Amino acid sequence: MTRVAILRYPGTWSERDFAHALSLIEGVDAEIQWHENADLRGFDAAIVPGGFSYGDYLRAGAIAKLSPGTKELRRFASEGGAILGSCNGFQILCEAGLLPGALIRNSDLAYRSDWVRIRVESEETPFTRGLRGAVLRMPIGNGEGCWVADPETHARVEAAGRVVVRYVDERGVVTADANPNGSLANIAGVANETGNVVGLMPHPERCVEAILGGTDGYRMLANLVGARHGTAPALYR
Amino acid sequence: MRFVARVLVRPKAEVRDPQGEAVFAALRSLGHDVSEVRTGKEILVTFDAADEESARTAAERMGDQLLANPVIESYAVEVAREAAKAR
Repeated sequence: MTRVAILRYPGTWSERDFAHALSLIEGVDAEIQWHENADLRGFDAAIVPGGFSYGDYLRAGAIAKLSPGTKELRRFASEGGAILGSCNGFQILCEAGLLPGALIRNSDLAYRSDWVRIRVESEETPFTRGLRGAVLRMPIGNGEGCWVADPETHARVEAAGRVVVRYVDERGVVTADANPNGSLANIAGVANETGNVVGLMPHPERCVEAILGGTDGYRMLANLVGARHGTAPALYR
Repeated sequence: MRFVARVLVRPKAEVRDPQGEAVFAALRSLGHDVSEVRTGKEILVTFDAADEESARTAAERMGDQLLANPVIESYAVEVAREAAKAR
């Protein structure tokens, strides 16, 4: 069994969707943990779901980065545990310094609730193995999904192959129209230096069954089967 | 002594400010001939410190640790005695 913990902060709203999504995957056993007493010992992977942790006060993810749960995530990440942050989870991981860059307001100021297409750019992560080049259709729902970084950081992330997913059109081509929020170089998700921590704005947990309008999220999350704690840095560096 | 630190947080010059752009367009629509708008936030923090210098140091620590995200924002600190502010 691959054991997955789903972290819940005050204001997190996608934890039950993730629990449901992971319950569909044979070989994965998931449980929701309250951030104040998060304990990732014995787990293979952790999910930081979307929502509005701490009401997005100050900045999205700014208060959550100080939580005991985030401290535990930091320890888990340093040991090579696989971590996936989606939407607000991505924002928290960037604020915590576990991922590069930051998420700012969408360039058109609109809250975007929509389906987008993302192309997998790197399969050197626990969530994208075997998916390089795949174009996945997933929902987004965010007001602050515009990923930015200074030019040096951006160049470093690109050169190291740490861009995990990019917004593309239906042909799989990076275009300005396919970018829902003004993100730098259409970046929808990035990884840390060792590849075991991944963040993305789209919601894989919301597209795991045909009744939800798509199953591409299942393809991403099913990658967790066989993920083992502590193996990530060696495997994905 | 009680101090009030006024922390002004702004998006860095090279970071886009969509909120400022929207306000810019709205001001233009009112007929104001403005050339740029940048938005930010003001955070007032009241606390006790031995003197003004230590109050400033404490406020800057708050700015670095939480109030601003150095990836996208810069901040400036103004420190004043609370009594002076009330007068």
